[in-house]
Amino acid sequence: MTLTKRFVIGLSSIALGASITGCGGGNQTSGCSDCDAEVTVGILHSLSGTMAISESTLVDTEKMAIEEINAAGGIKVGGKKYEIKYIVEDGASDWPTFAEKSKKLITQDNVPVVFGGWTSASRKAMLPVYESRDAFLYYPIQYEGQECSNNIFYTGATPNQQSEPATEFMFKRSPAAGKPFFLVGSDYVFPRTSNTITKEQVKSLGGTVVGEDYLPLGNTEVAPIIAKIKKALPNGGVIINTLNGDQNVAFFKQIQDVGITPGNGYYVMSYSIAEEEISTIGPEFLSGHYGAWNYMMSINTDASRKFANNFKRRWGSDRVVADPQESAYNMVYLWKAAVEKAGTFDDNSVREALVGIKFDAPQGPVEVMPNHHLSQTVRIGQITSSGQFRILESTDGPVQPQAWNQFEPSSKGYACDWTDNSKGERYRF
Amino acid sequence: MQLILESLFNGVAIGSVLLIAALGLAIVFGLMGVINLAHGELMMLGAYSTYVTQLVFKTPLLQPFYNCYVIVSLIVAFLVAGIVGILLERSIIRRLYGNPLETLLATWGVSLILQQFVRSVPLAYASGFIITILIGLILPLIIPKKVHHHSRAYVVKAGVWGISVLFGLLSANWLATSISRIGRASARNVDVTAPMWMRGGFDFLGITFPVTRLVIIIITIISVFSVTWFLNQSVWGMRIRAVTQNREMSECLGIATNKVDVLTFGIGSGLAGVAGVAVSLLGSVGPNVGGSYIVGCFMVVVLGGVGNLLGTIIASFSIGIMTDLIGAGRLISIWPDMPTPLASTVDFFATTSMARVLIFALIVVFLQFRPSGLFPQKGRMVEN
Repeated sequence: MTLTKRFVIGLSSIALGASITGCGGGNQTSGCSDCDAEVTVGILHSLSGTMAISESTLVDTEKMAIEEINAAGGIKVGGKKYEIKYIVEDGASDWPTFAEKSKKLITQDNVPVVFGGWTSASRKAMLPVYESRDAFLYYPIQYEGQECSNNIFYTGATPNQQSEPATEFMFKRSPAAGKPFFLVGSDYVFPRTSNTITKEQVKSLGGTVVGEDYLPLGNTEVAPIIAKIKKALPNGGVIINTLNGDQNVAFFKQIQDVGITPGNGYYVMSYSIAEEEISTIGPEFLSGHYGAWNYMMSINTDASRKFANNFKRRWGSDRVVADPQESAYNMVYLWKAAVEKAGTFDDNSVREALVGIKFDAPQGPVEVMPNHHLSQTVRIGQITSSGQFRILESTDGPVQPQAWNQFEPSSKGYACDWTDNSKGERYRF
Repeated sequence: MQLILESLFNGVAIGSVLLIAALGLAIVFGLMGVINLAHGELMMLGAYSTYVTQLVFKTPLLQPFYNCYVIVSLIVAFLVAGIVGILLERSIIRRLYGNPLETLLATWGVSLILQQFVRSVPLAYASGFIITILIGLILPLIIPKKVHHHSRAYVVKAGVWGISVLFGLLSANWLATSISRIGRASARNVDVTAPMWMRGGFDFLGITFPVTRLVIIIITIISVFSVTWFLNQSVWGMRIRAVTQNREMSECLGIATNKVDVLTFGIGSGLAGVAGVAVSLLGSVGPNVGGSYIVGCFMVVVLGGVGNLLGTIIASFSIGIMTDLIGAGRLISIWPDMPTPLASTVDFFATTSMARVLIFALIVVFLQFRPSGLFPQKGRMVEN
């Protein structure tokens, strides 16, 4: 299908879709003044339900990135300037809905790209849709790895870009160095996979994991887990926390009450607590504990400050930016760069063009690797009483992403490379 | 000894959260037979009332009394949840008495509406709405009786509601302007911070007792005693029990069953509000907070025996103690030289998820042998 034909069909179906659903991105504030064409992309996050609190921040960031690109002259393809329009769909915190809305965006709206997802469960639900239609999903969240699809581009961290450096830091250089580990998480795929990796890593470092427990989603009774932690770590130690959302509030409030605090030698390293969550839980419960991310709002560079200030100017001065938002911001720009490099919106050409693209992100330079993940800088921070991270450590440069984990026995020795037809999703190196 | 004491405290702490959450339901479902799936959302309203009360106590005027906002919020939460409960009873449930399936569906719908309500209506205006109804209901009680029987009573009625709407709007406006945080709608979870004296814990016999948990246990004990006293000693309590046992007979004897229904439902809902205060002290407050408790509430009431308060109390404490014994793996520490096969079984169930599975399984087995729970109700009601 030629681009123009595809484009005309796309436009007409968008017009149809917009007139039916009435959600055709009509609320864009800053357009592109000298553009001579339009392209419509899909944004698919939860705007209702449990995940809405987190995912709506990504929608805000993606809109901001699109507006910035439009204001700077849009996307330049084949001598034409394209203004980006968007269709926002609501995944409603319900995983089958994500798959259904993906189908709608791909087949009915004919969008060239979808930016979407947060939970691993939603990504797993969407994956077959994109693979069967050979479409392209950009997914912005740090996740457990062990996946490498030709039809997904992952801009969040893999475990070796977040949890592995964090575990090493806690075991070797934190105030609780050498002490035993306890693993706490919500009961679903990300915490369980992430903790399997952590257990293998702690073993190879020579440390011990004295216990682990998972809180069923929707349950906030943390008393038995706290009793277990006190029993397993009588003299302090490291707690690796992969709890989700509201469960964190109950957990941190109540561990403080029984004296599981940094002052008593207990240090919690959390993988899902960023600036946004700190302000919800309350810094008074979190200060002194740790977090690991690629981007932290306190990074003191021009690019980082500009990103944070633009976001505040666009959405309100009380808003914060955090790692998932930075990932969401990057992926819009990376898609633009890939389209301009390919000179077309065609999926396969954009996918080929994507690998090797470099971008000066708010966190520093990032580069798209052959396994459809990003090389990123890893930072370890301690939470301060003002609700920000004090950055203690930062890798010298971007860390290469490993889609297949090298601590986990089942995936050890495997890698992913989509630029080489003989290698693909999973090959032994 | 220390181990057993710690385990017992933990079990009682978990059980008292279950009990305070289920107490209102024990009345609504137990005494009235109404399956109220919106019970969790009434708890949520109680939790949000705590949040608003806390913010009001942060304004300069009330700042000196900040430390006792929890006590005030108990009353506020009881009133708010109680009033919403009464509105619910008068508008929907009253029309569905005797149709348990329709009640179940209708109250589930109400629970969804309430969840979306707190997401999309700014808390300041929601508070104004509640204040309007509160004044509108209380004001007529103060006005002398003979005014009501005047030929122009409707003027008085209109005047009363006019005043309450005015007051509601004024207070909503004041709240929205002086506390900017609740002036806008937000789907975001909010956080109730306990006053300083409720933070931390105190050590006794080498065990740390968290103060919040102790406060919740005390709230639960007071609520249970007041409910028991009310049902057994007061005139209205006696009427409630009479209507529970035989509605037609009570009606014949001149008991205003309509009023009794409103009162019973109001008290049950108000207790859900009190539970909301307790829950807000432990975790965060959000539109979904009720959903995580509703299953536990029904479980406790069914296990205890519908219509029996003592059963509810025993059921919640036994579930609490079992959760702690199994989920925290305490059985092994209490009996260290357990035979290996048994120990590995116990170890297998010593996670929070598996403990829940096991407890549900045990309850199912128990109900096979005693389908009406621990204390089955005897008498006329059972025959109907």
